[in-house]
Amino acid sequence: MLLKLKGGRVYDPAHGIDGEVRDIYLRDGRIVARPAPGDRIDREYDLSGRIVMAGAIDMHTHIGGGKMNIARAMLPEDHRGDPVARTDVGRCSSGHAAPGTLATGYRYAEMGYTACFEPAILPVNARQAHLEMGDTPIVDKGGYVMLGSDDFLLRMLAAGEDQSLINDYVAWTLQATHCIGIKVVNPGGISAFKFNQRKLDLDERHPFYGVTPRDIVRVLSRAVYELGVPHPLHVHGSNLGMPGNFETTLETIRAAEGLPIHLTHIQFHSYGTEGDRKFSSAATRISEAINHSFNASCDVGQILFGQTVTASGDSMAQHRNAGHAHPRKYVVMDIECDAGCGVVPFRYRDRNFVNALQWAIGLEIFLLVDDPWKVFLTTDHPNGAPFTSYPHLIRLLMDRTFRNERLAQIHPDAQAMTTLGSIEREYSLYEIAIMTRAAPARILGIESLGHLGPGAAGDITVYREAADREKMFAAPEYVFKDGELVVRDGRIVTLIWGRVHAVAPEYDRGIERRLRNHFERFQTIRAENLRIGSEEMIAFGHGAEMVTHPCRRPPS
Amino acid sequence: MPGSHISGEFRNVSCPFCGLVCDDLVVADDAGRLKVRANGCGMAAGAFERETPPKASQPRIGGRPGTLAEAAGEAARLLRGARQPLFAGLATDVAGARAVGRLADCRGGVLDHMNSPAGMRNALVVQDTGWITTTLSEVRNRADLLVIADTDIVTRFPRFFERCITNQETLFGENRRCEIIFLGPELPEEMTISGLTVKVVPCDTRRLHEAFGALRALVAGRQLQATVVAGVPLREWQELADRMQAARYGVVTWAAADFDFPHAELAVQAICELVKDLNRATRFSCLPLGGSEGDLTADSVQLWQTGYGSRTAYGSGRPAYDPYHFSTAQLLQSGEADVLVWISSFNEARTPPSCPTPTIVLGRPGMICAREPEVFIPVGTPGVDHAGHLFRMDRVVALPLQRLRESSLPSVAAVIGAIEQALQVA
Repeated sequence: MLLKLKGGRVYDPAHGIDGEVRDIYLRDGRIVARPAPGDRIDREYDLSGRIVMAGAIDMHTHIGGGKMNIARAMLPEDHRGDPVARTDVGRCSSGHAAPGTLATGYRYAEMGYTACFEPAILPVNARQAHLEMGDTPIVDKGGYVMLGSDDFLLRMLAAGEDQSLINDYVAWTLQATHCIGIKVVNPGGISAFKFNQRKLDLDERHPFYGVTPRDIVRVLSRAVYELGVPHPLHVHGSNLGMPGNFETTLETIRAAEGLPIHLTHIQFHSYGTEGDRKFSSAATRISEAINHSFNASCDVGQILFGQTVTASGDSMAQHRNAGHAHPRKYVVMDIECDAGCGVVPFRYRDRNFVNALQWAIGLEIFLLVDDPWKVFLTTDHPNGAPFTSYPHLIRLLMDRTFRNERLAQIHPDAQAMTTLGSIEREYSLYEIAIMTRAAPARILGIESLGHLGPGAAGDITVYREAADREKMFAAPEYVFKDGELVVRDGRIVTLIWGRVHAVAPEYDRGIERRLRNHFERFQTIRAENLRIGSEEMIAFGHGAEMVTHPCRRPPS
Repeated sequence: MPGSHISGEFRNVSCPFCGLVCDDLVVADDAGRLKVRANGCGMAAGAFERETPPKASQPRIGGRPGTLAEAAGEAARLLRGARQPLFAGLATDVAGARAVGRLADCRGGVLDHMNSPAGMRNALVVQDTGWITTTLSEVRNRADLLVIADTDIVTRFPRFFERCITNQETLFGENRRCEIIFLGPELPEEMTISGLTVKVVPCDTRRLHEAFGALRALVAGRQLQATVVAGVPLREWQELADRMQAARYGVVTWAAADFDFPHAELAVQAICELVKDLNRATRFSCLPLGGSEGDLTADSVQLWQTGYGSRTAYGSGRPAYDPYHFSTAQLLQSGEADVLVWISSFNEARTPPSCPTPTIVLGRPGMICAREPEVFIPVGTPGVDHAGHLFRMDRVVALPLQRLRESSLPSVAAVIGAIEQALQVA
């Protein structure tokens, strides 16, 4: 079946295409080069006047795993307010801040997203994460597996074990859990909280193991690099949400000692202590650091005003913030000598000084980081806002007038503390395409996504041009997934199941004996049962394909 | 599949018969007769070893034997005519829960697990104020104080103490001691003879919420007027409050199934709020005990797919959750459910409620219902007759279940698939 998408204005930054009118051809689910003149076109779509991009990629969104299910359990009112009716094509579901997996898949696809990555998978909870992602229709997915507060790693670090053994453990974990990257959350801090420690600075020693968060970031970023895992260590830094934490963030970048490092939801880590309220924006310092860095990237974690739920692996920070819950309820968990989590519903208000400034800080970061290949569009769904707010966020970035109108409505003291009003920059469509398509694919090491060249997956989003960018991005006219039309005018028309992307770096099998021994002595699950089999993964994903992307070890 | 099969012996076997889902069993298969060789408790041995190759394993339609296709066809006919089918029992594995969710949505039915009366006592607290909880490996390594709110853990979860409390070696040292305090009228016999050292605070179960309210007040430094609370002198509560505050990693545990009195969720909430208070100064967690008949599995699957667990109706085309209205007992009694689909794949004693409503049973072979159901389809036991997955009591770990023997019994997921096929041929 040969499809022709004719005459759209194409934005394909991976190939330097900036709004050229071009035709795109699809065959057997993939984009192909222009066919020979004699080849018969089975179906043609006239895309004149339309904007065409690759399917969007969300590289940090909480879509699968135990803590999201805790959020769902906690918030029936969130679901009641936002039911998703059954159609001929799909089952019913619900939820806005903590949507069911079915609603999640539908809504991402309806918005033109074709791949989503869960950033915080606990090794012992990986089955649930893959089951939930498996029940998320249409979009491709993958996950980053969390290490850094697990007792196995901390014991190795405390014992001064060789980096090669740590690499083996990291590789084993990636293979056992079918993930594509490594995440660290409040390095060592989740574990320290179990020892009744309430904060852990970057250079503060863990109360039992004596290692520092800096040590953890160093060895994990080195492991990721030496294993050749394409995605950098994905870091949720220490001291999230605390005034003055921008210093921690700058030092965390240095902790990687020049190796690639990705700082996630960096907005929450960009706070100063200036002003009467001792809370200020350090977005300029953070953006400068990213601009001058050759090894660091970030995603913003923008907050937007309204009701949402914060669901995070950072049990220490979540417990600290639990008093701000709205509604007044929360769950915090210590999990399996592995990690933890905290779920705290939250309402961001434009009349609240801190929230208003957080909003401005996120936008400052977007606008002050020069290179859209280094900054990614996220709200850390659902922590900053539900992902359905992305079109609104895109409009804020592309439309300075709209942005300044919003700015004029926030708490006046927050307005006084931000430089946002003086920033003239507006994102272009090309830059949005980089930030939401080309760059995420590149930073994940997935060559078949995020672009529209021959060989790319047939994941294509077509927008009707509109001056109101929120309207434009909210309801694409067409969304193709693997060459099939799945969405038309913002509605699902075909239901398919996307594939799972992972990496599987090699390791010395000796680590398995150590793990078996460790789990038998100390844990309540066998190491052999933690590992997920390939046939399990296929069943979880309703038969969808699993793709293993290559790891390229650096020359030693 | 994880685990391995060496000459008729299966290792790292997950036991699906209580919420601990111990995954270290060694089970031998001798021509269909199973024997637990290592790491099983009495409950596991009994459950695995009574699993002789099933005799009466043919589907029945109106009491007469038939094929699976015929039974599925009759089930489809009943469902086609139903305006609000009730899918209850729901004792199955992850694949079964996914399948029944799909079917309930398609037919506009209601989902309610057989254990939901107990499950609601916890679910309502999570929806109202939340809680701070921990998991089994954390308890095993860290807990230095275990407060038990009136449940016979030894009977319900036989290996709990061995796996989580009486172990001496932990990640942090080799001489771990965990003090055990039991709140309830008296120590259950199984716990008395277990050899555990347990301090008992003899209070009435039904007054546990008063007890925990008093503990909250004492922890907050308030002066109580009462000299006796829930039948126990105040000074004993003060001692307990002091002990809890002195713990480095305390755990309060209860089984909602044992809080069988009205408004029990208030007692659960009082426990949870005390634990939150204790976390101001030290580390303390709840450990809700439970997980049997696949209840946490069904709940988890429905929650992540649609946003709601049990007591949810799909008839309007949107999920509608109502814990008071959409209960099995209520719907059958009022006649608002016109077909009952009862799923019970672990335990043949868990039979459908006796009712005149036309009933389709997906049950263990040998199950004897109060009245012969309109359709009976025997199904395999997950973790014995077929592989699958099951969530453990702390709801974080989903264990793989192995197939331990040759069996022609279909899984719940397969039977539902057959019913769906029959529904399409309309």
